[in-house]
Amino acid sequence: MSVHQPLGGKLLTTPFIILSFFALIGGVLMLERFIFGLGAVSNLNNGYAWGIWIAIDVVIGTAFGCGGFVMAILIYIFNKGEYHPLIRPAVMASLFGYTLGGTAVMFDLGRYWQIYNVFLPWYGQLNSVMFEVALCVTGYIIVLWIEFTPVFLERLGIVGLRKKLEKFLFIIVAIGVLLPTMHQSSLGTLMVSMGFKLYPLWNTTLLPVIFLITAIIMGYAIVTFEALLSSAGFQRPYDTTILNKISGITWILLLVYLVIRFTDLIMREQLGLVLVGDLNSIMFLLENLFFVIPVVILASRAKRNSPYFLFISAISMLLAASLLRINTYLIGFNPGGGWSYFPSIAEIMVTVGIFSFEIMLYLIFVKTLPVLHRVEA
Amino acid sequence: MAINRRNFLKAATGSALTAIVAEEAQAFSPRETKELPPKAVGMLYDSTLCIGCKACVAACKQANDQPLEILESQQGWNEGAWDSAIDISAKTLNVIKAYTNGEMTQKDREVDGYAFMKRHCLHCVDPSCVSVCPVSAMQKDPITGVVTHNPDACIGCRYCVVGCPFSVPQFDYETPFPQIHKCQFCSHLQAQGKLPACCDVCPTGASLFGDVRELKEEAKRRLGAEEGEVYEFPRGKLGGDRDSHTAQIPKYQKDFYGDTELGGTQVMYLSGVPFDKLGLPTNVPDKSYASISEGIQHTLYKGMIAPLTLLSGLLFMAYRNRKHHDDDEQSPKEDL
Ligand code: SF4
Ligand code: SF4
Ligand code: SF4
Repeated sequence: MSVHQPLGGKLLTTPFIILSFFALIGGVLMLERFIFGLGAVSNLNNGYAWGIWIAIDVVIGTAFGCGGFVMAILIYIFNKGEYHPLIRPAVMASLFGYTLGGTAVMFDLGRYWQIYNVFLPWYGQLNSVMFEVALCVTGYIIVLWIEFTPVFLERLGIVGLRKKLEKFLFIIVAIGVLLPTMHQSSLGTLMVSMGFKLYPLWNTTLLPVIFLITAIIMGYAIVTFEALLSSAGFQRPYDTTILNKISGITWILLLVYLVIRFTDLIMREQLGLVLVGDLNSIMFLLENLFFVIPVVILASRAKRNSPYFLFISAISMLLAASLLRINTYLIGFNPGGGWSYFPSIAEIMVTVGIFSFEIMLYLIFVKTLPVLHRVEA
Repeated sequence: MAINRRNFLKAATGSALTAIVAEEAQAFSPRETKELPPKAVGMLYDSTLCIGCKACVAACKQANDQPLEILESQQGWNEGAWDSAIDISAKTLNVIKAYTNGEMTQKDREVDGYAFMKRHCLHCVDPSCVSVCPVSAMQKDPITGVVTHNPDACIGCRYCVVGCPFSVPQFDYETPFPQIHKCQFCSHLQAQGKLPACCDVCPTGASLFGDVRELKEEAKRRLGAEEGEVYEFPRGKLGGDRDSHTAQIPKYQKDFYGDTELGGTQVMYLSGVPFDKLGLPTNVPDKSYASISEGIQHTLYKGMIAPLTLLSGLLFMAYRNRKHHDDDEQSPKEDL
């Protein structure tokens, strides 16, 4: 008998109905996009050809989906079995983050009906970072669904197949760590080729390193966030001992990150731009303020045991890494030529719709599938 | 203050990290910028010769079957007699723009003057658009260096749109079945032995077609001539059989644009006003942006050695630790 159990309970709660309303609006707008073209719903233009659908839905969305990746590193690679209760919810959140990020790409692609060209060897272009990201993300979505199959099998009571599958799961787990390492860093490399269009505070050849570390930080933050929220929301006890340990790891990662980030700025002699006082410098300061807040909070060992402080620092980290991505893809990006971009209401509603849909899936899954750890009686 | 172990460790980690950053930045050095192809063809656009007649804009539209463009502000009275594109777009591959300043009394003067600028693809020697495209839809001809686009391959990701330093590729946002539009140097006409339409119709030789190496010589000849000297400006194709256009050498900027900028471009510019006034990026390195980002990718993914090493490490660890996790009931052991 498994240690995981479905929560059960009513599905059609008020929050669920509100979420489905947002998802529906997003769906209708998407339909409009496919009938009339991208310009009908978005403010995208030939200066800012990438907007929030790329920066938020895909780049931030998949970084939110790094929980499964980072927990797999801890549990299966470093053999820290005590974190086991968190793996299933983490993999599940990754599953949604990535699947929906991948779907969002389809909405954004201008010539989506030719998307399979990426997989045709005579078209694939090995120097393109986008090519690598496309292959790795697709691969990882498949890996996540395989990693999650035992949950379905368990629910259906298919024990034999599940045991067989789990024998080979280590291969999937290893690939499932490799792929996000590759594409989360490449989501940073993607912006290196922008040259002068990207403001020097964000344009560095270390973008792959910066994006990878912050994706890992985000992974641990989202695991903490989700664990605390589901404990509060479903009236379950807090797993603070595990979360305490995770926060220790994150604290070190944050320090490493900040050292790398600022050393890079100093070495490129761009540190002065931090205090210029324009939008770029304000956004940079804000971004890094949110990286510093959890460093300060988690320095205190006592606070690492408090659900309240853990929650604040998790949110702060999620904001920090998201801002880094928004700054790199939108704020720090200036194509010149008088172009400007601010997302349209419809664009924002599509993004809201996608994230609402993600939360709906979460609620359905935890209530009907053995995802959350059984609470000791 | 005594240095205790903790502080020492902190300091040591700090300096190790600094070393790593330095090391990494070093390791991610750019690949070589690509060389000019052997029979590179290109264009020399001499802004001082351009009279702003826009014959090239009209000829480009015809040669490439592009529709007229009517500004929103002109809807209602402009019924299609006047193609009024103000910049390149999904409907317009080539446009003449004007720089103006103050009184606008003299051509090719920065202050109180004006100047013309022709805007289209520069057919970069080491193009970003080719480097970033995931599906090889952007191609650079290995012999002539012309950069073409293949819509059958394109997935519409618009990486070329954001990645081109000159913002040349134009995506069509107003249709459900869009495509990328850019100047392909009239390669269909060149295949028939004809000139690119814009160079063909240019009355003054401001748009001059030719071999890139010869065009560079021509640009240097003009720059080397005395201001006011009478000069025979070739028309159509450099070294072709057309009559030249006789005029005086104007006051040029001291260099031509496109020799080295971002690894060089096959469309080059001469001008009387500074190039940034014409909208060309001037504060740029001599190496291409493609060489910088590909440098990172090539370092990380050379022969796939790094990813495969990482994968085998991961496989080993995951395999070794597998027993501890294949049963949820079992309490996992710590052995690390
Ligand atoms: S100008 Fe832009 S579109 Fe033209 S070759 Fe260079 S990078 Fe490509
Ligand atoms: S929009 Fe088309 S041509 Fe441009 S990079 Fe994407 S796939 Fe290549
Ligand atoms: S070469 Fe052809 S496509 Fe390019 S600007 Fe000239 S006429 Fe237009």
